[in-house]
Order: sequence, then C-alpha cells, then structure tokens
Amino acid sequence: MREITYAEAAAEALREEFRRDDRTVHLSTDAPLQLQKEFGRDRVRVTPISESAFVGAAIGLAGSGFRPVVNIRMATFMFVAMDQFINQAAKITYMFGGQARFPIVYRVSVGAGMSMAAQHSISPYSMFMNIPGIKLIIPSTPYDMKGLLKTAIRDNNPVLSFEHTALGQVKGEAPEEEYTIPFGKAALRRQGSDVTVVALANMVHVALEAARELEKEGVSVEVIDPRTLVPLDKASIRESVARTGRLVVVDEACQTGGAAAEIASVVVEDSQTFKRLRSAPVRVCAPDVPIPYSPPMEKFVLPDKQRVMAAVKEALK
Amino acid sequence: MPIEPQDLIEMYKTMLTIRRFEERAAREYEERHIPGIVHSYIGQEATATGVCANLRLDDRIVSTHRGHGHCIAKGADLKRMMAELYGRKTGYCKGKGGSMHIADFSVGMLGANGIVGAGLPIAVGAAMAAQLEGGDRVAAVFFGDGACQEGTFHESLNLASIWKLPIVFVCENNGYGVNTPAEYSIPVKDIADRAAAYAMPGVVVDGNDAAAVYEAAGRVVKAARAGKGPALLECKTYRWRRHAESKAFAELRPTGEIEAWKSRCPIASLERRLLEEGMATGQELADIDSQVLALIEEAVRFAEASPWPAPEDALEGVYSV
Repeated sequence: MREITYAEAAAEALREEFRRDDRTVHLSTDAPLQLQKEFGRDRVRVTPISESAFVGAAIGLAGSGFRPVVNIRMATFMFVAMDQFINQAAKITYMFGGQARFPIVYRVSVGAGMSMAAQHSISPYSMFMNIPGIKLIIPSTPYDMKGLLKTAIRDNNPVLSFEHTALGQVKGEAPEEEYTIPFGKAALRRQGSDVTVVALANMVHVALEAARELEKEGVSVEVIDPRTLVPLDKASIRESVARTGRLVVVDEACQTGGAAAEIASVVVEDSQTFKRLRSAPVRVCAPDVPIPYSPPMEKFVLPDKQRVMAAVKEALK
Repeated sequence: MPIEPQDLIEMYKTMLTIRRFEERAAREYEERHIPGIVHSYIGQEATATGVCANLRLDDRIVSTHRGHGHCIAKGADLKRMMAELYGRKTGYCKGKGGSMHIADFSVGMLGANGIVGAGLPIAVGAAMAAQLEGGDRVAAVFFGDGACQEGTFHESLNLASIWKLPIVFVCENNGYGVNTPAEYSIPVKDIADRAAAYAMPGVVVDGNDAAAVYEAAGRVVKAARAGKGPALLECKTYRWRRHAESKAFAELRPTGEIEAWKSRCPIASLERRLLEEGMATGQELADIDSQVLALIEEAVRFAEASPWPAPEDALEGVYSV
C-alpha cells in the first residue's frame, strides 16, 4: 500500500471532504495553501490570531448550516478560547434542546518532546473528557488520521482532533481510496497474551517498541490504541484485559486525573473484568509538572520505552 | 424612508408584549413557579424592537442573558418561551436551558447566552455564513455595556471589519454591569467611539426611542445588506429592575436615577406620539394591551399545563445524531 505522512493524510482527508461537501469551510491563522488554492480564499479563510473569535465563529457557521474545520495549531492556544469551547460549543446542542446541529472540527497539536517548553507542550485530553458534548479523536497513524478526520468532518457534533506534534512527518500506509473510521472502535495494534498495554497518540509507538523488546524476553504484550477518547471503546479494553489479566496505560499527559486514570477505572469498575485482574493496573504518565524546556529534563518527564517495559514487568510481578 | 404609522403600531405591540411578558415572568418567579434566575428586559424594549423591526425572518440574531426581549422581537413563540422558563418539556429547549438559553433557530434566533460577550463571535460566524451564502441576509448581535470590556468584543469587531461581514453589533448600554456603573468601567463616553478602532461606523442612538432605534438600525442594516460591512450601534437605555429577579442581587443604583429613567418609558413615549399624531386612538391602544395580556395569559396556561420532563431525559441529547 501507498505510504504517506501523518500531515499528508490530514491534508488528503480535508481535500476529499471539501470536494464532497461544499458546506465545509476552513479557518486557521495560516492558510493551508493547497486547500486554499483549490477552494478559494473565502472558504479557506485566514484569520487573525483571535482564538475566541474564530473558535466562536465556527459555532455560528455551524449553527447556520456550514461545516467548519478550524486548525488552532497548538493545543495550548485553545485555552485562550476556553469559553467558546466549553460553555458554547460543548453545551449548546444539549442546552438548546437539540434544535440545531453543530458540526465543527477543531484540530490541535498535542504532546511534547520537541523542546517547545510548557506553553507549547501539553496533552490535555482528560480536561475535555470531563466536558460532555465534544467528541475526541486521537489519531496515531497516517491511516487513522485520514479515516478519523473524514469521519469527524461528517459528524454532526463538535469534534476535537488531538494530533501529536512528533508524528507530523511519520510515514505509514494509507489507501488513496475513500474510507472512514468509525468513532468508538479501538485498534488492536499488537496481539499478546500476558499484558494489555493501552497507549495514546505517540505513546502507541513507544508501547509497540517496548512490546517488541519484551518479546525477546519472552513476554507477550497486547497493545490497544483507543483512537477516540469520546466515545471510548470500553468493550475492547475490557475484553483484552479479561484475557491477559494485566493492564498498563501509557499516556504522556500528567498522571493526576488523566485519561489513563479513566481507562484504569473502566477496567476496575467492571466487576467481570475486575475478577480477571491478576495484578493492579499500572499507569505510565508524565509526572505532575509543566513540560520543561531543556532536553535532559524533558526526556526525563516523558514516558519512554524503558518506563513502559518496567511497568509491564511490574504488572507481571 | 419615513416610518409608516403601521410600523410604529407594530413596534408598540411588540414592546408591550415584551413588557407584559417580563412583568408576568417576574411575578411567576416571585411566586416560585419559575426556578433559577430571570433577567428582566423591562425598560429596554425599544432596542430589541427597533432593531428587529429591520430584520427578516431569515436574518440571524444572537442574544444575551437578558434575552427575552430579543426572542419576542425576532418572532419567538410566547408559549414555548414561558414553558422553557417553567422548565417544562414543551419549552424551546425541552427544559434544558431556561431563561438564559432560549433559542429558536426557526426564526433565526441563535440563542441567548449566559456568558457576557460570548455571543459576539458566534454572531460573526452567522454573518460569515450569510456572506458565503451570497444573498443579502444579515446578522445582529445584542450585548450590554459590560461585554464591551471583554476580549470577544474587540476580536469580533476586528474580524467582522477585515472580512466586511454583514453584521450589526448592537450595544445596549443600560449603564451598569450588575451594579458597577459603565462610567467606572469604560474610559470613553460613548462605546460607539470604539468603532473607529475597527474602521466601521459607530452610531449612538437613544435606546428608549423606538422610532430612533428603528431608523438608526435601518441605516446600518441596509448598509450591511448591501455588502458595505459591519457597524456598531450603541443604544443608550436603562433597565428598570435589579440585575436579576433574585433578591441575591442588591439594588444599589440611586432611586432618583431609576425614577428619572422610568419617566422616560419607551412604551409610554411611543404611546404619546401615536395619540398626539393621530395614528391610533386610546381605545385602539387599549385593545392592543388586552390582546397582549391574553397572549401572555395563554402562554402561562400553556406552561402550567405542560408536562415536566422525565428526570432521565437529562441523559438525552448531549450529542446530535
């Protein structure tokens, strides 16, 4: 199959959906040039750096029958416009009694590892998991990027796409032809029988590296990528843990109150799965600190292959 | 274009409907038939009425926490509004929104908003939609003097200006953000002066004079329809009641000031004009009032007779299909 980068997969998804539906519009502080060339400056509109205004404008566009895609760039820039995300976009479908649909895709880049320091590095998944009304996708491969983004654009709700900064130029297989990926269906990245590792975003790749290494030591690791956090494929996670009896969750967000905690809860609160657990779930996350700038410190706080391997061994004790 | 007598009479009826609706809502709130909070629009009726009289059904508006007047002026149904205040299943939001979140997308009312200044970006999006559609639709957004110190005000005026959007920013300057005087919060005498910073017309109008609001709004709406871009319309007005009906909000404004503004009642002054200029008789105006009161009574009966939502309805409708 053809290989393209994560970034190219996103561009292709947009191009296909913009061709498919002329109600799609794009807002971003810098133009995606190819998209703008094909669809014009009106539909692919450059905005000043006014996050509250353009995050909110997308809501007005959606409420008026359009399907906006907004590229916010860094996830940290969302915080400038939190009212529009949380009080407006997330709540209005419910609050207005379902009178109107708000199909909006907000794209943000997440993660750390590039020495961008605290205000340009964050993985704020769990903050939004706690706000009903926004769906959350978290593609980890070019294939998923294209398929999930296309589904997001067709969805009739606000969707937040968490796209990992480190994956932009990573290549992977993605068919040229039309396909979409349904929300709420986890991907089984690797089959295994001893431990289930649920990993998010770039950590999927870290977990796979760890799994390959552990295989040499005779440990069989299953790796699950939820692909969407809202909705979350609880059934696949529970089914896997029921087989392996052990759970490790890998997420580069801070540990406290994170997505990893939610995933662990999904497993332990289900009595059938709980009975099958042979050891306590283990979380591999960043410690509760802002992301530091200097490479040795940044490398220290982010989960890596060694920490994942250690966690798997801990679960196996 | 001079105002036709019929337009004035229609506006009189709309203002009176808002007044009677708000009087009744305050009473039902006091009697605990309406939970939560209600922000009364009494005293400001001429603004919503004068602006919306220039709008078509397919134009879109965005409103505020003090939004009943905007809903009524845009043509929302009194029964479904009152039912929403009562928290009933038949309300506009099926009881999920209440007073601060009434919307009626079928008449272009894109929602009241409980967050000060939050409606402006949404209205900018509605105006961008109108521009992309290529017709002559416009958007109008209502907000108070308090919203003008929010970042969203400045960001939204800026976006609307650079994109030449068909939108009218309607500032209802009622002089206070809860109990803090606008003259404390705002260094310029007229908020409309801020329009200059965004290269759009800024117009000040007596917000208690329905005809003046109608004419001033008419000019900027016409310009927006013609593709000439946005405008900021500042309507100087006053709310008669405390910030919200709840006693939790103290009334700290001077009594004399409140009384002075009451003597400039927008409805009474239009009534005088209609009578003095022979556009209506006292009997005709009294008949309008009776009709309006009957509609409000009908709305209350509808709300009272409407079923409560089932408790578990709370779990429905977080996402659209």
